[in-house]
Amino acid sequence: MCKLTINGKQVNVSDNSTILEAAKSVGIKIPTLCYLEGLTPMGACRVCMVEVEGRATLVAACTTPVQEEMVIHTNSRKARESRKVVVELLLSEHEGDCQLCERSDDCELRQLALELGIREVRYQGEKPPAMLDTSSVALIRDSAKCIKCRRCVQVCSEVQRVGALSAQFRGYHTTIAPAFNDALESITCVQCGQCAAVCPVGAIIETSHIEFVLKALDNPQKHVVVQTAPAIRAALGECFGLPPGTLVTGKMVSALRELGFDAVFDTNFAADLTIMEEGTELLTRLRNHFILGQETRLPQFTSCSPGWINYAEHYFPEILDKISTCKSPQQMFGAMAKTYYAQKANVDPADMVVVSVMPCTAKKFEAVRPEMRSSGYQDVDYVLTTRELGDLIKMGGVDFIALPDGEMDSPLGLSTGAADIFANTGGVMEAALRTVHAVTTGRSLASEDLHIEALAGLEGVKTASVTLSGTVDAWSFLEGKEVKVAVAHGLGNAASVVEYIRDHPAEFQFIEVMTCPGGCIGGGGQPRFTTDAVRLARIGAIYQEDEGKPLRQSHDNPAIQQIYAEFLEKPLSHKSHELLHTTYAKKEKVTP
Amino acid sequence: MTHLATQQSESVMSSNRELKIEDVIPVIDDIIAQKRGERGSLIPVLQSTQNLLGYLPKPILIHISEKLEIPYSEVAGVVTFYSFFSTTPRGKHTIRVCMGTACYVRGGKEVLAALSKELKIGVGETTEDGHFSLEVGRCFGACGLAPVVMVDEDVHQRVKESQIKHLLEPYLEERGEEDES
Ligand code: SF4
Ligand code: SF4
Ligand code: SF4
Ligand code: FES
Repeated sequence: MCKLTINGKQVNVSDNSTILEAAKSVGIKIPTLCYLEGLTPMGACRVCMVEVEGRATLVAACTTPVQEEMVIHTNSRKARESRKVVVELLLSEHEGDCQLCERSDDCELRQLALELGIREVRYQGEKPPAMLDTSSVALIRDSAKCIKCRRCVQVCSEVQRVGALSAQFRGYHTTIAPAFNDALESITCVQCGQCAAVCPVGAIIETSHIEFVLKALDNPQKHVVVQTAPAIRAALGECFGLPPGTLVTGKMVSALRELGFDAVFDTNFAADLTIMEEGTELLTRLRNHFILGQETRLPQFTSCSPGWINYAEHYFPEILDKISTCKSPQQMFGAMAKTYYAQKANVDPADMVVVSVMPCTAKKFEAVRPEMRSSGYQDVDYVLTTRELGDLIKMGGVDFIALPDGEMDSPLGLSTGAADIFANTGGVMEAALRTVHAVTTGRSLASEDLHIEALAGLEGVKTASVTLSGTVDAWSFLEGKEVKVAVAHGLGNAASVVEYIRDHPAEFQFIEVMTCPGGCIGGGGQPRFTTDAVRLARIGAIYQEDEGKPLRQSHDNPAIQQIYAEFLEKPLSHKSHELLHTTYAKKEKVTP
Repeated sequence: MTHLATQQSESVMSSNRELKIEDVIPVIDDIIAQKRGERGSLIPVLQSTQNLLGYLPKPILIHISEKLEIPYSEVAGVVTFYSFFSTTPRGKHTIRVCMGTACYVRGGKEVLAALSKELKIGVGETTEDGHFSLEVGRCFGACGLAPVVMVDEDVHQRVKESQIKHLLEPYLEERGEEDES
């Protein structure tokens, strides 16, 4: 332990704390900009400068370790003035059009200038040459707004282990960009949007689909259906000032109706469908393995997260045959909407527009993949992020907070609790095991609340095992077998798991990967700012939604039973393969 | 390495020789193997590679990035940070203008500007036809004869702006001959 004084307050913290952490522990806020919780502090922005008695110069609180007997002033004139200078210098180089900027609501630079009481900029900087990069289908980079804090660099390399962005050139010409300042489209980027999620300003944002959606809604010829991913209901409220973890499913449905969608459906329905297909796929691979002893496609990896699929295609082509061939729930939904539902509702699929609301930017990329047209049309037309839906609702003049709770439409709006938990890390695995256990043993999972404790929480890699006993006749070859599973979120963790199974190929049978830290609830399209506390609050809301559902196992969903009876026949049928499954292709690791 | 298979037709220029990428790779791998243990091995690897090839072709940079497990964006970040590194091939003739104090004050700066204007390239760049590269140097040890310009190994002394065309002529003539042949 280390004893020190901050602003006259006695503080006791562990020896390896930084000044920033010590101050936080006693409720003293030091402004920061480049600092990201949980990652190695970079000390790049110099906003967090504080005064330490006995030191000639100010020090950066985020990188400076505490020392015994240190006396620190975070709010002295010198510290305040230094921060102001730094922020004014940033502003002097910044192409600021706050009134027109996407980030004016949640911009950290703007907020910081306000908090520091900056009312004029005393410096005039020449604005460095800038580039607006609209090459990517998911993201837009506007280097005129970039303040070079390097958060995006850190997230992309440290958390996602992609390393698409880095500082290019030198001095005045420095720009945070892909190699040689090339277009994002031309390099390997998995489109996860984590860079956009951590950027403090409007320098990386999603490509907006709002105008396309409005156009479709305005066109009376079009039948516009909307699906909302499980993670939206636990976060959308934040766009309207509600605290993280507020469940707004009913209000969200009402808002979508007010906006004029012809049918309000749920990606959850497709999540239940995914469990049927992916669970059956796993059982088939296990059967081949245990009975024929010749299955090489184990462990089976999940496939719902498009950033992960991009990552595997570029970085781990050797495991592509192990990834479930199931399309993601978003794409299963699109394919079912434009075939099954179109028939039922007597709508020409050519006149149908499928809009998704996703916590994710990679979903924008996934929707336009050439493989995703099995209905004969682009299965999903437009993808809005949670943030974009928030904006759309505000543009529509809808008083979100005052809305009554609405109900999703039938049949593609019905779902079980198993579908809700697709939103968080460990959830797809738990949902799959609920069904796999019930199908093979005729009994639900042993735990009273149906949860698998070991798979919950924000640990980067989690493992669990379920032993199948008392199996029904058809699955008796699994009697007494232990199914070992692993769960990873954040692509860096996923990479570690893939590297581990290279040396331990038989250890796990099923592996869940979600691209974003925390899973979809922490997606690149979610309201900013997502910290671990926010992640846990959203996960809490998701579990609450799951536990409140009368049905909590995917195979119990009557709408799912109906779609198999009326349309798909059975999981992995010919028709399922045609509409619900896909293929993957090896891509270059580094695209120049 | 994976990506190279698709780039078999590509080749790199090295001084006067044309080298196939796949012939260069084993040499680069040797360089990487020698430097791997060193702290910050990226810069030494880049230096040796540039010494070998005269410049740093992008396919080679990708190869280095994969071998050293350093993101390509970071490799590019280092290459673009130091003006010493170049991703375009050197010209057939390298013109170096001395920017040591003596040369600088006695008109080196003006000579450089004139050369840059004449060749339509900046410092560190190469003419489109690959004939000349323009660089600056730090004192060639001929201060008495300032300002000094070196073209390859030839030292040109007391160069004046007005003599630039004349100075380049012999090297240009040779280009003419080549064109005819
Ligand atoms: S990034 Fe922030 S400061 Fe800059 S224009 Fe947008 S809102 Fe204003
Ligand atoms: S979208 Fe993801 S992979 Fe692409 S630059 Fe941003 S963080 Fe990196
Ligand atoms: S793009 Fe955003 S996160 Fe990246 S360096 Fe610029 S301001 Fe920071
Ligand atoms: S927050 Fe400490 S230097 Fe940026």
